[in-house]
Formats: sequence, C-alpha cells, structure tokens
Amino acid sequence: MKARFAITALVALLIFCAGYAALFIAPDEATMHAIQRIFYFHVASWNAMFCAFFVACYASVAYLVTGKRKWDALGVSGVEVGVMCCTIGLITGPLWARPVWGIWWTWDAKLTSTFILWLLFIAYLLLRGLVEDPEKKASLSAVFAIFASLDIPLVYLANRLWRTQHPQPVIAGDPGSGLDPTMSKVLLLCLFAVFCVMILVLVDRYRLELLRNEAAELRYEIESRGLDASNGQETPALQKGAQ
Amino acid sequence: MKNFEFLFTAWMVVWAVFFVYEISVARRIAQTREEIERLKQQLQQR
Repeated sequence: MKARFAITALVALLIFCAGYAALFIAPDEATMHAIQRIFYFHVASWNAMFCAFFVACYASVAYLVTGKRKWDALGVSGVEVGVMCCTIGLITGPLWARPVWGIWWTWDAKLTSTFILWLLFIAYLLLRGLVEDPEKKASLSAVFAIFASLDIPLVYLANRLWRTQHPQPVIAGDPGSGLDPTMSKVLLLCLFAVFCVMILVLVDRYRLELLRNEAAELRYEIESRGLDASNGQETPALQKGAQ
Repeated sequence: MKNFEFLFTAWMVVWAVFFVYEISVARRIAQTREEIERLKQQLQQR
C-alpha cells in the first residue's frame, strides 16, 4: 500500500513537471504559437494508446495460444485503457484543429482510420457484454481484438502514405522534418509522464479483471454446489437464498 | 495568450479523463472486493 502510494505520488510529480515544461519551458512554435502546446499531450496520448492496444493484441494472441484467463484479463484491460487514450486524442485533436485549420474535423485518412479504430474497440467492449459464457467470451474477444488491431498500422502510416489534412510526422518523418531540441526534450518528458499514467491505470484495470474472474469462479462454485444439492433436494441455505 | 481557451480545455480534458477513469476503476475494485467477501461468506455457510 505504501509502495503504491509512493508510485502514485511520483507519477503525480512527473505529471506536474511535464505540464510545467509543456506550458512554460517549451518554446513557442513559429506559426501556431501557444495553441501548439496541445501537441505535447495530444501526441503522448496517441503513444499511450498504441502501447495499450499493443498490449491488448499481444495478450489476445497469448490467450488463443495458451488458453489462460490471465491473458484475457490483460487483453480487456489493454483495450479499455487504449479506448480511454484514444478518446483523449479524439477530443484534443479537434480542440487543436479548430483554431489552426478553422474546422473541428475532416474525414481524411488519418482521422477516419483513427475514428474507425475507436469504434472497433468500443464494439469489442460491447461484444464482451453480450456473451455470457466466459470461454466463448474470451475467445471471441481475442479474435476480435486481433482483427481490430489490423487498423493500428493504418492509423500510424496514414499521413505517411496519403496526403492528409493532418500534418506530416515531425518525428521519424521525411528528411528535413524534426523538432527544436528543447521541444524534443519536453515531448520526451510528456511521453514518459503519460506512459507512466497509462501503466498505472492499466495495472489497476488488470487487478479489477482478476478480481472479477475470482468473483465469477466463486459464483460458479456456489451455483454448482446448489445444483449438486438439487439432484436430491436443495440445501436449506439455498432454499433460504431462493426465498 | 491567443486561443488560451482551447489550450486550457484540452489540458483539462486529458487529466479529467484519466482521473475519472481511475476513480471508476478504483470504485469497481472496491465493489468487486465486497462481492468476493460476500460470496466467500455465502460459501462458508453452505
């Protein structure tokens, strides 16, 4: 508990430092000025989303190979956290686009593929709620997560492959692209801060899923004991519970 | 500062989403723990 508190406090400090650096240390961009500072957390949230969906995809493959429930738990945790990071990106993007492009949204390849990715993983979460059998739920979810992950490279490469309203990449982009050294350092700090928050949330979400599995197993045990007893007659406790 | 409202809103959205999500996960963990305790007690009674 103490370790958990120390880690949370450390991440909170990191967030504060990253925020301070993004708002006050990073230099103003020449054409967009202050609004460009959204970049530091917009890019960081996408980076965290890619990591979370990668975890979900890896865990889904691992579940299909091993059949262990812990991989299914990690898979759903990765998807939920990834959807959260994607939602942040989909909100901060238009907030940046409106003053710079003059529009909130455009259906270019980058934005559309990202929106489809968000919808696919929302569908994954809805699908899990519809299937009751745990084995079937886990298998279907794993297959669906792998299928939905096929959109991830498309999202990443969209503005490299096609002409888009979304800017070309400034990191690992064409020759001549790149960032001011101070901007690069601030971006790295923000990427690290958001990544740490994502890991913290992912670990908690994974713990929740393991607890849910434990609760489901206990429920199953209670039900199966009840069913065994009902071969002859129900136990008094079950009869009392039914009333 | 020009466009400060957009910058401020984006800033708030990032941390509000993380914060609300973390709170919701913590609440769900607490509820599930309670349920596990209840189920264990139910199991012991049988």
